[in-house]
Amino acid sequence: MTAHAIPAAPVKARRPWVVHSVLPGFGLSLGITLAYLGAIVVLPLVALAIRPWELGLNGVVHALAAPRVAAALRLSFGLSALAALLNAPLGVLLAWTLTRYEFPGRRILDALVDLPFALPTAVAGIALTAIYAPTGPLGSLAAKVGIKTAYSPLGIFIALVFIGLPFVVRSLQPVLQDLDKEVEEAATTLGANALQRAVRVILPALGPSLVSGVSLAFARAVGEYGSVVFIAGNLPGKTEIAPLLIVIKLEQYDYAGAAAVGLAMVAISFGSLVAINGLQLFLARRGKA
Amino acid sequence: MPENSLPTADTDAQKRGKSPLSLEISGISKSFGRFPALNDVSLHARDKEFLALLGPSGSGKTTLLRVLAGLERPDAGEVRFAGEDFLSLPVRSRKVGMVFQHYALFRHMTVAQNIAFGLTVRPRRERPSKSETADRVADLLKLVQLEDLGARFPAQLSGGQRQRVALARALAIEPKMLLLDEPFGALDAQVRRELRRWLRELHDRAGVTTVFVTHDQEEALDLADRVAILKDGRLIQLGTPNEVYEKPADPFVYDFLGAACRLPGVIEGGRLTVADWESKAPADAPQGRVDVFFRPDEVMFAPLDGAGLAGEVKAVVQRGPDARIECLIEGRLFELEARGPGVPSGVAPGLSLRIKPLRPKIYAAA
Amino acid sequence: MTLANPVVGARPVSSVRLPGLAILLVLASAVVMAVLVLLPLFVVFHDAFAKGIGKYLASIRDPDAISAIQLTLLVAAIAVPLNAAFGIAAAWCIAKFEFRGKAALLTLIDLPFSMSPVVSGLVWVLLFGAQGWFGTWLIDHDIKIIFATTGLVLATILVTFPFVARELIPLMQDQGSDEEAAALTLGAGGFTTFWRITLPNIRWALLYGVLLCNARAMGEFGAVSVVSGHIRGLTTTLPLHVEVLYNDYDFVGAFAAASLLASLGLITLVLKTGLEWRHAGELAANRRH
Repeated sequence: MTAHAIPAAPVKARRPWVVHSVLPGFGLSLGITLAYLGAIVVLPLVALAIRPWELGLNGVVHALAAPRVAAALRLSFGLSALAALLNAPLGVLLAWTLTRYEFPGRRILDALVDLPFALPTAVAGIALTAIYAPTGPLGSLAAKVGIKTAYSPLGIFIALVFIGLPFVVRSLQPVLQDLDKEVEEAATTLGANALQRAVRVILPALGPSLVSGVSLAFARAVGEYGSVVFIAGNLPGKTEIAPLLIVIKLEQYDYAGAAAVGLAMVAISFGSLVAINGLQLFLARRGKA
Repeated sequence: MPENSLPTADTDAQKRGKSPLSLEISGISKSFGRFPALNDVSLHARDKEFLALLGPSGSGKTTLLRVLAGLERPDAGEVRFAGEDFLSLPVRSRKVGMVFQHYALFRHMTVAQNIAFGLTVRPRRERPSKSETADRVADLLKLVQLEDLGARFPAQLSGGQRQRVALARALAIEPKMLLLDEPFGALDAQVRRELRRWLRELHDRAGVTTVFVTHDQEEALDLADRVAILKDGRLIQLGTPNEVYEKPADPFVYDFLGAACRLPGVIEGGRLTVADWESKAPADAPQGRVDVFFRPDEVMFAPLDGAGLAGEVKAVVQRGPDARIECLIEGRLFELEARGPGVPSGVAPGLSLRIKPLRPKIYAAA
Repeated sequence: MTLANPVVGARPVSSVRLPGLAILLVLASAVVMAVLVLLPLFVVFHDAFAKGIGKYLASIRDPDAISAIQLTLLVAAIAVPLNAAFGIAAAWCIAKFEFRGKAALLTLIDLPFSMSPVVSGLVWVLLFGAQGWFGTWLIDHDIKIIFATTGLVLATILVTFPFVARELIPLMQDQGSDEEAAALTLGAGGFTTFWRITLPNIRWALLYGVLLCNARAMGEFGAVSVVSGHIRGLTTTLPLHVEVLYNDYDFVGAFAAASLLASLGLITLVLKTGLEWRHAGELAANRRH
């Protein structure tokens, strides 16, 4: 082999913001990613962020403060929070039994937890309505004791619990699986009874993932449409959810108004997400201490 | 190198000394962000040499190996192999056989498919036929003593077996140079020792220049023809195992290559004074304040009226004919080793005696 | 789910060693799942066959139903491969390279998950609707996006955008680049390395992501509802067809169509669970959604 006399010049990085790698295809894959992301996510979101301001600041405030809109936002966020909170104990119960006990049908039950994900929302919507309508199997039972389920906030609440449940269970399961058994055993040797162990050892360890599961369920519930819209009854100011209001405003060609509600939903969701992240961080840090 | 065979190399030390330079590394620097991983490293290896890159973690040894493989690009410097500019060659054209620290076996391929991979990705004209490939794989499986495991998947192998598959896969492409990154790092002590001897034999038979990275000084001294010791991205010392062990370039190397005891001393007028012990200073020793190093098993125990450092025995752990003796010297506790006849008679806690380092190494005080 | 004689035994390591409590908890979980999750599924099939199999088959063979099925398949056939290709490209550049702005990119990819489906439809109307940014231009050039198949595809793509990418990114980050680097040292080129090393290593996760993406694409309701215009036989996908029939009080027809979607959900669930059981190690850890 003949020697090439030219020494290799120090190679200057062509792109100072990326660490050199021998693997090929960075430019191509990043290009595809950015182009697709830009067209599918960024451009539409820019439209959502800009359109409402056609109304002017006053117009936006006015649109959101209108009694019907304010009521819908209150209903959506309030019921979503309540449903997510109920999902917490239900989720802990299911995650606990599915990870800690062996019983016939456990794997099937485990798989079925995902059903609310897998079932298209419109299907869940009409099925829940059929069950909780005054003529339905559970709706008629409730009607006998004077409780109105479908076509009332309670109906919306049930639908939101249904779609939120898997989020909490699936957030908790891996933590319960990995929870150091020795910690529990240590607590036992120190004289803690079952209840004390559950409350003082297990629950604090579950804290961060419980918060994250509940917040995921909440975020999903706020935007939920298909499984709620059939059971809600959609009475303006009473059982009208925020996503439905967007649809109605669009049907009236009130694009700016629809965008204002949409933007408000995104903003409130994002704000609560930030707050929840903070809480989660706090819990995780306390868990480590 | 003839096709399809692993020639037997002459391992005669004299011949190796005469063999031509094969790998020349000069002035290699590389930093990751602000962290300098390699700082102006230059070294060379002769054809068919077995070179160890030894250093603690963060010393830059793995980065240097990856530069040789083409997996990292240095900021400055030059690498030549057999006179050829190596840095301008892309990874795939370098024909280096790299054995990764965690082997990087293709988990979805069988052992045989793993070994054959390098042959099957050659351009169509150079690609061996199916039967040639199969023969070659069979040869290599035999070489690494895994004849019956060709159909297994990596997940079904033990750590030592995976290591050998990785080596066979690297050898399959008839590499110009073999690069091994902590080849025994993930194995337990027993397997390590067995594989070590086997690897050296394999190197001698394959006759390929080999560079291997390790943080285990015993491994490096045991296996390599020469050892390059790195620290903080710099080459500290390069030499045969005996050279680096006998003449460590600095206190770091001395400390890194084995257990070390250190005491401060002074050299004036050709005399070395350490505490109450005075002796003739070696001719090449520095003047003034110095640090004196010695190995805990290279000491002679003498009665209190003899020559050496005054010490008091604090504890003794007897192991058959040998003993570990904890001694207080100059207010510091040292764990010394004595073998068989070297164990002072009647040694017990409380005994005062003198300790004479047999081969102290003297460095200017830090 | 029958739990007539639950052989409930806490695993040896369980901290709660009271079989009585265990039985109670398992029963409670079974009841929650049965009432909240299984009952709706049962109702779908029960009501679909309420007037006999003849009526059921007639509803499914209805021309509007057929065209809804075809449209649903068409939309998924476009949206899913596009999102899969994007997912692979995004995972490649994010998992295999180090570059500035990666965290922001990840956030943007996740964003569609936290958006209401209705908003995911709304944004396209804001861009391409009659009064959208490009509305006039589109009308002048006689191009229809909203109330047409293109709009349905765009809305579906946005809703299912992150599924494949979210599955692949953590897995590929976990796997690192050692195998690819090894392939390069053995003489393989970039494309060969991707095709023969990377792709086989992620195949199950890719299939998993595509499965979830497809289920959501075919079952999506809210987003497509906004952009569809509900033109029968033209822009109604199967979930929209369910809604149209339900609002027409054709309950057997609605539940028959819903039973098809529910079957899709069940098949997805079975395949997904099968993948989780057989290839758990090759799916991203702790990311079952």
